[in-house]
Amino acid sequence: MSALEQSAVADRGGPAQPLLSVKGLQKHFPVRESGALPWVKKGPARKVHAVDGVDFAVAKGETLGIVGESGCGKSTTARLIARLIDADQGSLVFDGEGVAEFGGMALKDYRRNLQMVFQDSFASLNPRLTMEEAIAFGPRAHGLPAREASARARALLARVGLAPEQFGGRYAHELSGGQRQRVNIARALAFEPRLLILDEAVAALDKSVQAQVLNLLRELKEERGLTYLFISHDLHVVRYFSDRVMVMYLGQVVEIGPVEAIYGAARHPYTSALLSAVPSMDPANRTQRSPLAGDPPNPIDPPAGCRFRDRCVHARAVCAEQAPRMLPLDADGRHFARCHMNDLASGYASSAPAANPEAVQ
Amino acid sequence: MSKPLLSVRDLNVRFHGERNASALNGVSFDLAEGEVLGLLGESGSGKSVTLRTLLKLHPPARTSMSGHIRVGDTDVMALQGRALEQYRGGMASMVFQDPGLAFDPLYTVGEQIVETILAHERIGADAARARALELMERVQIPQARRRLDAYPFEMSGGMRQRAMIALALACRPKLLLADEPTTALDATVQIQVLLLLRELQRELGMSVIFVTHDIGAAVEVSDRLAVMYGGRIVEEGSVADVVQRPAHPYTAGLLASTVVDVPRDQALPAIPGAPPDLAALPPGCAFAPRCAHASAQCREQVPALQAMEGDERHRAACWHALLQPAHA
Amino acid sequence: MSLALDAGSTPATLPAQRSRGYWSRVLRRLSRDPVTLACAAILLLILLAAVFAPLIAPADPFKGSMIKRLQPIGAEGFLLGTDELGRDMLTRLIYGGRQSLLMGVLPVVLAFGIGTSIGVIAGYVGGRVNMVIMRTLDVFYAFPSVLLAVAISGALGAGLNNCLLALTLVFVPQVTRVAESVTTQVRQLDYIEAARMSGAGPWMIVREQVLGNVLGPVFVYSTGLISVCMILASGLSFLGLGVKPPEPEWGLMLNTLRPAIFQNPLVAALPGAMIFITSICFNLLADGIRSAMDIRS
Repeated sequence: MSALEQSAVADRGGPAQPLLSVKGLQKHFPVRESGALPWVKKGPARKVHAVDGVDFAVAKGETLGIVGESGCGKSTTARLIARLIDADQGSLVFDGEGVAEFGGMALKDYRRNLQMVFQDSFASLNPRLTMEEAIAFGPRAHGLPAREASARARALLARVGLAPEQFGGRYAHELSGGQRQRVNIARALAFEPRLLILDEAVAALDKSVQAQVLNLLRELKEERGLTYLFISHDLHVVRYFSDRVMVMYLGQVVEIGPVEAIYGAARHPYTSALLSAVPSMDPANRTQRSPLAGDPPNPIDPPAGCRFRDRCVHARAVCAEQAPRMLPLDADGRHFARCHMNDLASGYASSAPAANPEAVQ
Repeated sequence: MSKPLLSVRDLNVRFHGERNASALNGVSFDLAEGEVLGLLGESGSGKSVTLRTLLKLHPPARTSMSGHIRVGDTDVMALQGRALEQYRGGMASMVFQDPGLAFDPLYTVGEQIVETILAHERIGADAARARALELMERVQIPQARRRLDAYPFEMSGGMRQRAMIALALACRPKLLLADEPTTALDATVQIQVLLLLRELQRELGMSVIFVTHDIGAAVEVSDRLAVMYGGRIVEEGSVADVVQRPAHPYTAGLLASTVVDVPRDQALPAIPGAPPDLAALPPGCAFAPRCAHASAQCREQVPALQAMEGDERHRAACWHALLQPAHA
Repeated sequence: MSLALDAGSTPATLPAQRSRGYWSRVLRRLSRDPVTLACAAILLLILLAAVFAPLIAPADPFKGSMIKRLQPIGAEGFLLGTDELGRDMLTRLIYGGRQSLLMGVLPVVLAFGIGTSIGVIAGYVGGRVNMVIMRTLDVFYAFPSVLLAVAISGALGAGLNNCLLALTLVFVPQVTRVAESVTTQVRQLDYIEAARMSGAGPWMIVREQVLGNVLGPVFVYSTGLISVCMILASGLSFLGLGVKPPEPEWGLMLNTLRPAIFQNPLVAALPGAMIFITSICFNLLADGIRSAMDIRS
């Protein structure tokens, strides 16, 4: 039995155990600013708080949508989970086992269970390899003999809708965007992973092709019992595709909950603002006011207290003094938000409204 | 009805290179004064090529163009040299998708706006700078006076896009061409820029052509929509008509692909296949290979735009349109 | 279920011609470039002449006659004249090609091998290892190549092997620099991240994913170095640090013919002309290869 078969992680712990549990994930990047001489730094060291204390869990077989704008940290979070970059702090538990920690599973085994599809379908493929070679590379890296790896590659190409005789010998530049993304999906599936991270995987595709690829992903999920982390900026697609949604802002999770709760009854001002910023499809009911002013801020040295308070119409004095806690909002404990308005103990109700020049009046 | 500001007739554009691509095939449309036309389509549809053709931005060595373009009283196809330079920016100007690429990183934003103004009008440098400041304030850039002396890399994405709009409006063009101006922006910034464009257009009475692949964005700013496919216009009409009563199967498919109100447990209605290869367009309707209603006539003859019942300005190029054609 | 089956198999979506690998496309483009083809032909001619020298040279390269020294071009029995010791120039030039080409090409080939290895390691591993390797090589890089070649060659002593060694050492830092730079760029691309995500070890990734993309640019750069190396080698011979007389070698011939430049300038210039032609051809060939490899899809 090759290493590939050996490291298959069978389901442990049953359906109640989350497939992936992330706690306290943190990643700060130093900002290098130097003065006239290269070893002299100007001012105190500043940091980009790309991911600042992110906790969440993904249940088996669900699709968790992750939304947020530039600087929110969703892509960095994805790369931290995939261990492409190392976190400063935090733990990852995959189906009850720690990852690459003492006594936990080896990184190579983890890699077999978790795969990622990137946004840029062209950059994700080596221009010098044929599609069949590209897909077969991973299994071969895990010890599968070349002939079997090629056979598996051809079977996967067929599964994603690309005839292997036609597409196996082609190179990346000969395929269209949608076809390339299918190859990327096939490559990710070559390991028979249990969790697939889709980092804006359909964002660069034409809308008509996007629908095809989303349908393919849906089918594959049902067929293989996959779990998805679906990062996207397209709120319509996230609503259709996800079971639960996580909203990020400036390196933190501000709200997480079932998709209908988020879209129907958001409990964080940023979530509401984000949802109302989606352009209207009805010419008789055009958007009249922008929910937020200015651009999403840069996560360098974020402000104390609530990070959204500078742009929030509901901000009060307590928001600057205390950072809000992440609290459950319903009896099932599935919908959480990080806002003082939901926290009876925060003193929000009696706090004075803050004069907020940056919020939309 | 008064004469339209922009009139395009039988525009054909071909690119020559390793392969010859027919980017535009017989495109004709009008744009009235003060009207906003949304140009919708996917990659290879010809929407960006149309805008670039209106400003004659293609490299002449590799491009062959034919047809008529009239803006106001100017015959654009005949423009050359100094007259062409005056036209670009003066009568018609463009807002690009990536403001980071449209600005020169070595000069401040203010300097670039002033340079544009001075290139078109005979006013002093001080007057030009005052006008640049006024423009920056009009596009709602906070602390405009300070930002005038900022470099493009010092501004955020949304602010750069506003600055680019200011640059495009510097010489009060009658026609503004916007090539996917909000595609690269975050959602909350996009809606701000869309509202800004709508406001400015109403205030200044410009005609605007807004190219995008995002139907929502087009609906927010446009009066009329035109859908392009394979280098041709396949449907045009008022926004309400096209979005709520699409006549062309491609438009209907595109609307369905926006994933609004699709029940979660159902497969998405997806148009099979992929956009056509512009170097090898099929003889008949370009959409026929992907269309569920295609017949032999569709594969042999290119359909012409014909008016639909209800509104003669709602037209579709289809032998089996989803609506009844007028006087069929 | 409908969808996926249509997605790629519609004939319109794939170009009709047979799929071509990268290198076969490059060769096809090269074959359409007249300048590059001409240069390749000339170089091939010179190479073949050098290889088959004993068969085609009209005379003995070492046998000279003082009576017949410095005959002009077109003199009877001596197509290109004779040198200062009465030896047939044509023969000497043909035989000289052997040494000159060897000294021009071999160091670059060796530097390509060594430099690519070091550069790819430095580029892929990054961090401190990269810093140590690159800064060490920077020391060598800081010296002008002529000076470095002369210094190393002078220290090692004259002779063909020492000359080859010196030239190789001169070019290794340059090739390493290019290899490291390209590797660093390639390493950041998404497909390398995808390869890392597959759990493959670094050697496998470098061998199968990185090298294919790095060898191309480094090869082009190295081809451009050949003409420089030839000229340097000729220079070393001219200075007496390379090949020793009576071996025919173009640079050395330039040196020994120098005093005769006023008597018979054309003959004295012939070796220089050979160096010139060969260098230009290598340069144009390198340019042509670079253009052919720059395929934008």
